[in-house]
Amino acid sequence: MSRTITPAKTDLAEPRRLDLPQSNLVADVVQETLALTRRLFIQLQRRPSTLAAGIIQPLMWLVLFGALFQNAPQGLFGDRVSYGQFLGAGVIVFTAFGGALNAGLPIMFDREFGFLNRLLVAPLASRFSIVMASAIFITTLSLIQTAAIVGMSAVLGAGLPSVFGLALVAFIVLLLVLAVTGLSLGLAFALPGHIELIAVIFVTNLPLLFASTALVPLSFMPRWLQVVATLNPLSYAIEPIRYVYLHSDWSFSSTIMQAPWGTVSLGGALLILVGFCVVALSSIQPLLRRRLA
Amino acid sequence: MMPAVLIEKLQKRYGSVEAVKDVSLKVEAGEIFGLLGPNGAGKTTTLRCLCTLAAPDAGTIEVSGISVVNNPRQARQRLGYIAQEVALDKVLTGRELLELQAALYHLPNAAAKQRIADTIALLGLEDWADKRTGTYSGGLKKRLDLAAGLLHQPDVLVLDEPTVGLDIESRSTVWNFLRQLREAGTSVLITSHYLEEIDVLADRVAIIDRGTVIASGTPSDLKDQVGGDRITLRIREFSPMDEAEHAKSLLESLPTVQEVIINAAQGNSLNLVVAPNSDALVGVQQALQTAGLPTFGIAQARPSLDDVYLTATGRTLLDADLAAAGNRDLKTEKKQNMR
Repeated sequence: MSRTITPAKTDLAEPRRLDLPQSNLVADVVQETLALTRRLFIQLQRRPSTLAAGIIQPLMWLVLFGALFQNAPQGLFGDRVSYGQFLGAGVIVFTAFGGALNAGLPIMFDREFGFLNRLLVAPLASRFSIVMASAIFITTLSLIQTAAIVGMSAVLGAGLPSVFGLALVAFIVLLLVLAVTGLSLGLAFALPGHIELIAVIFVTNLPLLFASTALVPLSFMPRWLQVVATLNPLSYAIEPIRYVYLHSDWSFSSTIMQAPWGTVSLGGALLILVGFCVVALSSIQPLLRRRLA
Repeated sequence: MMPAVLIEKLQKRYGSVEAVKDVSLKVEAGEIFGLLGPNGAGKTTTLRCLCTLAAPDAGTIEVSGISVVNNPRQARQRLGYIAQEVALDKVLTGRELLELQAALYHLPNAAAKQRIADTIALLGLEDWADKRTGTYSGGLKKRLDLAAGLLHQPDVLVLDEPTVGLDIESRSTVWNFLRQLREAGTSVLITSHYLEEIDVLADRVAIIDRGTVIASGTPSDLKDQVGGDRITLRIREFSPMDEAEHAKSLLESLPTVQEVIINAAQGNSLNLVVAPNSDALVGVQQALQTAGLPTFGIAQARPSLDDVYLTATGRTLLDADLAAAGNRDLKTEKKQNMR
């Protein structure tokens, strides 16, 4: 503070307040959500390393895992399917899942550093704007990552689904990211600090990957793991994407998975994902309402 | 005129800790009101309840007549809150933070732009507004925080220990700025555990101890109520106890001396309460001379706010502060402040 502040009296004596025009709630929610989202994108733009890592990592998965199983007998992962073709769907889902799982971290840091208090003393039209901004940000990020993986897979010879197929891939990623982001944001408000949140992310991330059909088909697994994998929501995101990748003649009634308890159609998997999303988002409502009341 | 802030019989507990037991205060429109008390007295909790960051267990809180419990959104629009810890996003520039702040308070875009420029000028931040806040000094951060709190032109600016950790120059800048705000009609509620800060700044003050308001009024009224002048006497730099006690009994017999306390924490110096505006000082010096005692230092003063606190609680603010610092559970407090 090297300089003295000498405001002219008139500066201070202006009309007492910029009174709220009787603006409507929706406009206010949009205004505050956009402003909060903008903050996250400014952070990303000035610290792009997370995004860079988030794109480089899945590409390395594709190359390294693909190479690892390169010499597996032809036909092991399905008729005329190379492991590279098989793997793409797993990497897309795993990457989106990992990103969404981390969605709560910025909010946790805002809680710890007191920045959240700045938001909470402001007359927000809805405090859910804070959560919505995070969801918009993470979803956008995941779609960018997905596009990068789809592009890289195509270069590596996995082919490219049709436009409708790609739209379906985007829709599946969206559902999964929304659900997991919701859970992560819930944890960000429920857990005491970022150490605990990181611990939860750590013990969730890889086990859910290995207990899904991301890396190997269901038929490779022992019975008990098949049961676990078919209870794992990730499998219901992976299998439809994989099917769309491998079959240009897909439809919603196509059978995509032989679960121990019956067959799962593509449409059925989508319904399960929608259900997962609804359950996840509604389960965090009471907590968020309490914390943000 | 409606008071800017009205708090009545506020109570707030965290688990088994009664952070606020009984706090009532009234901030009139256009005044600087000081909430003075040692660390852990309940100042911050009171402000957190006022600013809707914590729900009170009992009591009423109104801002410009609006209940913060029943109409939190309207109350928030009228409050500006400057927390003790400056929480900025170090990646954002000062202007970007203000833009975020403007949107959170729903200023229309065109008005916001002008208002942000005005506020930046008001706080002399022109050279820094487009630099990232991570590069700011402590004083600059506080200034940006002030700008953020004032952007929406609140009725009441609430500041929690605004000068803790600031250098002397920054401190007086903040003081001058708060005085200018008052002149422009904004009410200011400020907490502090610095006596002189409240004494020079506040029009009225409430002294809070262990969650309860123990005295309130204008600083000069409070000091007058305590009565008497204070003489601080050091016979030697460090006096032995028996010498101090000998002097004590000697001085207590003087007609102008009302009370003598030995302050063991200050090398057994003597604190005397004497009749105001009397020639007590001369009498004390003569008595010491007659008894053959030396004088290391002697000074007469009007009672301070610390004496007000001392009279009400039996300990000085500094001692209470040190004791509280030893008893604080910072981890628990941090948890309370997290949402």
